Amino acid sequence: MNNGPDTDTVGRPPSERRPTDWKAAAVQRRTRRRYAAERRFRLIGLAAVWLSAGFLALLLASMLTQGIGGFRQTRIALPIDLAREHLPVTGDQVRGRGADLALAGAGLENAVDHAATAAYGAEAPDWLSDGAWLVVRDAVKRDPSLLRRPATIDVPVTSAIDIAARRDGPAAAEAVVARLQARGVLSVGWNLGFLTSSDSTDPTRVGIWGALKGSLLTMMVTLLLAFPVGVFAALYLEEYAPRNRWTDIIEVSINNLAAVPSIIFGLLGLAVFLNTMHLPRSAPIVGGLTLALMTMPVIVIAGRNAIKAVPPSIRDAALAVGASPVQVVFDHVLPLALPGILTGTIIGMARALGETAPLLMIGMRAFIAAPPSRLADPATVLPVQIFLWSDQVDRGFVEKTSAAIIVLLVFLLAMNGLAIYLRNRFETRW
Amino acid sequence: MTFPPKIQARDVSVFYGDTRAIDHVSIDVAQDNVVAFIGPSGCGKSTFLRTLNRMNDTVASARVDGQILLDGEDIYAPDMDVVQLRARVGMVFQKPNPFPKSIYENVAYGPRIHGLAAARADLDEMVERSLRRAGLWDEVKDRLDDSGTALSGGQQQRLCIARAIAVDPEVILMDEPCSALDPIATAKIEELIHELKGRYAIVIVTHNMQQAARVSQQTAFFHLGQLVEFAPTSDIFTNPREERTRDYITGRYG
Amino acid sequence: MSALGLLFTVAGLALIGWLVARMRAATFRRPRVARFSALPAHHGWFVGICTLAPPLIFLAVWSATAPALVTDAVLATPAAAMLPPPGFERASILSEARELGAGRSQGAFHDLAEKLAPAYARAQHRYDTIATAAALLLAFAGGALAFTRVRPDFAARTQVERGVMLMLLVASLIAILTTVGIVASLIYESVRFFRLVPAGEFLFGTHWSPQVVDSRDPGASLGALPLFWGTFFIGAVIAMAVAVPLGLMSAIYLTQYARPVTRRWMKPTLEMLAGVPTVVYGYFAALTVAPAVRELGVAIGIRWASSESALAAGLVMGIMIIPFVSSMADDSIAAVPAAMRDGSLAMGATTSETIRKVMLPAALPGVVGGILLAVSRAIGETMIVVMAASGVATLTLNPFASTTTVTKQIVDLLTGEAEFTSAKTLAAFALGLTLFAVTLALNVVALVVVKRYRESYE
Repeated sequence: MNNGPDTDTVGRPPSERRPTDWKAAAVQRRTRRRYAAERRFRLIGLAAVWLSAGFLALLLASMLTQGIGGFRQTRIALPIDLAREHLPVTGDQVRGRGADLALAGAGLENAVDHAATAAYGAEAPDWLSDGAWLVVRDAVKRDPSLLRRPATIDVPVTSAIDIAARRDGPAAAEAVVARLQARGVLSVGWNLGFLTSSDSTDPTRVGIWGALKGSLLTMMVTLLLAFPVGVFAALYLEEYAPRNRWTDIIEVSINNLAAVPSIIFGLLGLAVFLNTMHLPRSAPIVGGLTLALMTMPVIVIAGRNAIKAVPPSIRDAALAVGASPVQVVFDHVLPLALPGILTGTIIGMARALGETAPLLMIGMRAFIAAPPSRLADPATVLPVQIFLWSDQVDRGFVEKTSAAIIVLLVFLLAMNGLAIYLRNRFETRW
Repeated sequence: MTFPPKIQARDVSVFYGDTRAIDHVSIDVAQDNVVAFIGPSGCGKSTFLRTLNRMNDTVASARVDGQILLDGEDIYAPDMDVVQLRARVGMVFQKPNPFPKSIYENVAYGPRIHGLAAARADLDEMVERSLRRAGLWDEVKDRLDDSGTALSGGQQQRLCIARAIAVDPEVILMDEPCSALDPIATAKIEELIHELKGRYAIVIVTHNMQQAARVSQQTAFFHLGQLVEFAPTSDIFTNPREERTRDYITGRYG
Repeated sequence: MSALGLLFTVAGLALIGWLVARMRAATFRRPRVARFSALPAHHGWFVGICTLAPPLIFLAVWSATAPALVTDAVLATPAAAMLPPPGFERASILSEARELGAGRSQGAFHDLAEKLAPAYARAQHRYDTIATAAALLLAFAGGALAFTRVRPDFAARTQVERGVMLMLLVASLIAILTTVGIVASLIYESVRFFRLVPAGEFLFGTHWSPQVVDSRDPGASLGALPLFWGTFFIGAVIAMAVAVPLGLMSAIYLTQYARPVTRRWMKPTLEMLAGVPTVVYGYFAALTVAPAVRELGVAIGIRWASSESALAAGLVMGIMIIPFVSSMADDSIAAVPAAMRDGSLAMGATTSETIRKVMLPAALPGVVGGILLAVSRAIGETMIVVMAASGVATLTLNPFASTTTVTKQIVDLLTGEAEFTSAKTLAAFALGLTLFAVTLALNVVALVVVKRYRESYE
């Protein structure tokens, strides 16, 4: 800036504009204002970033604080003497396959209630979880000598008492907890059953294994269909397709499918797979088919980008030694594009794993107490299970919902981590 | 010339869409010769080279008129298998383009897809022979499993030549093979061309007239898609018949 | 034989064909002239594909038709005469019988199911045997026929490659098929709906209460205008009021101001917002945000603030959309030529002046395109509104009042146990068609805008 006062030369024609005096108070004031605006703008930007990140933190924190409790369980020490109950079962019957039926038929549930009454009074059976006698059953199966000797077994309590013991519950439950805590019979431990059991009407007995298995079966179908079809379509469009109207239609279709709301795919699944093809309702096979249609465009688009990134010189080189177009693609282009394709596939699969709405449309919202074992069995998936539990009135389900969300997020985080790892590990710059 | 020519181009024109890139070119390449194509950039010499092994097929809009015969066979005939043609007429590109695989796999790829080796030992031998002929064996024999892309530019280009040789071609096309290399690497490639001469018919496109003078027996001068002059190299550089050739060689344009 | 067992057998046969053909082709002496004809592996693949493809195609067709054949066979038995007329009960008896027959359950709720179960088992077994025999026969025939063609002069490579190309082409046609499937099924069901309810009444009617549909005049309670308004209000107004400023300013800060380290960490962090499943957002909205919004409403004097307010759903949806807006803005700003920015800075403009007066106007079409895509994303979003918005359709401008959306109503209409032909369920498809058309239009317009913009700087 040469416009200092010393360059203010004399003898210019009067019509000429005087040079700006940058030191003038008005200009200085204005500059200060501009700098203040600059700082404000910058601060607003920073605030936007932190606010957005803050939302994420708030979301994750609220799920974590709520959800950790879903993995915890309050238990009561129950002194029980099965010898006194004279259960009509023998030690042999509780070993092997018929044990569950034999113990249920012998009235083990009543025996547990008797034990509760004997130990803590007439109301005590109401404090026990519906699943309490199952804990006793499993203990007996592990150690049949329990049928003949007195023992103390930790059994889960009802949801209300569980909440009262670990947080704050209804007054009645709080009173019971205070009494029991005074006797020192309550303990809190990890609830491994949450990972191994399935849906139930009693929040103390629910688990996510059934939904998780449904998700795995559904994802398997999705992957097996969407991956090959997506990769093949990407290869065809990028490497072989002639430039004509048909190719344009295919391209436009794929790009649009990637932006169609997921619930529309649910309507398609309902109309085609259920109402036209009469495939079973709420089955992983139908869920997988529907999600495959949704995931395929994602894989095609990621695949095309990865294939495009393979330099043409590689294709020339292979062609020049006499490789056929199919050999060029399968020997050179596909292996080089594979990391990129896999990254895109994992991201698409993660999206499918978290998808809920289309699966509601095809009836995967039923109450499923048994984990599915085949593709046509009625099943639910993890996100739908979360949705179903979130609708429950019982307060015990709040923690369980958040706990299931934690499990889902852990899976998604693992998948995205794998995608990032693949991208960094195999990314090639040409 | 005592032998029948290896490649005969008869009245060849190449179009990209509506644009004519090559205009009625006829040329013969002899069995044991090195032919250099020279000319200013954009004159069509690379385009013409790529018609000789039908690499132009990969450009959707390209169309070839006229006839190109390899050993008397029309390579644009409908029953010609392009894959076989390209194995018989190998190509080396402007920029070295090794596959991102090991050195061994780079050379072995051609024999593998054409089923030239019956056993692993055959393949090993072919790889070694090709690398020796390309003058690369001594430099890489201890690290055949290293990636081909880890070599220096000049080594990469010799690897690409070894890769072309490995399928036992009859003709090798070289599209400005030294333009991305330093002078020392260029000298090595030129030396290599000398050694390969006689075993293969070689057609080399170059923008470097000294290089054409050094390596070729015959030189073709292209200008604006036309073949201006085709003569023994010594004649072209000492006594060109055409005005345009003289102007180009004396550096008046290009 | 189980389906899986059959598949493995067929695959095994194909593998044997592949090996045998390969071994046989390996004994061929290479002819001297055509040294590059097919490799043994190509012959192997040829036989393998010819063994595998026919039974697989057959089984695919069969699995679509067999259940109907089995059911027909069961209905032909005398016990089936006692079945109730078509309806929910009949379907549940039949499905119970099927489960019993397949040995997948031990006891049945209906006695009749127990009687029908053996018939199911018999019919299933009969058709399974037929399918197995046919599949194996096709595999053998295909393989044997292919094997006779394995000769030195047979161009197996060309054949195999033709098969591969066909497979690739079919794969890319599936995309068209899906689009056609979506459009056809939506239009087919919607046409049925519009026969019951005139399009005008549906699109412009202001009363929506599908719980009480009068079968003589279904259009009176199926006016979807309040749904369209609610969808627009939540997705395009409230959500965008959150997402556009936050997303845009985040993108500006991270691209123009932030240090590289900050950018490297904060960008993926913000992108995580897009990776969180929508059901989690829905739960967050219903459990945490909605009660807070209600309390806020009560605190500022709106006594009837709803706990299923438009504001709660829109707010959370906006948070979900932030990364979409910010990544589109990021791309658009990055596409502005650096020369423009440098020109402005070189005249002594501050960074914020350069951004506001030069870069943003230049990037505007790209940003607008991105916002349109974000709106299309927001109005198609389902789970947040299903879990946090209300089911009551109201035409209101009050963000604390309850509002419903198209997607929420689709879910509500289709998850009941209603007859599939009723106006109520068909209305879901008409809503779906409207949603599809609107999002499609938004996407197309956005893509055209963005494309024009990109080209203008290339």
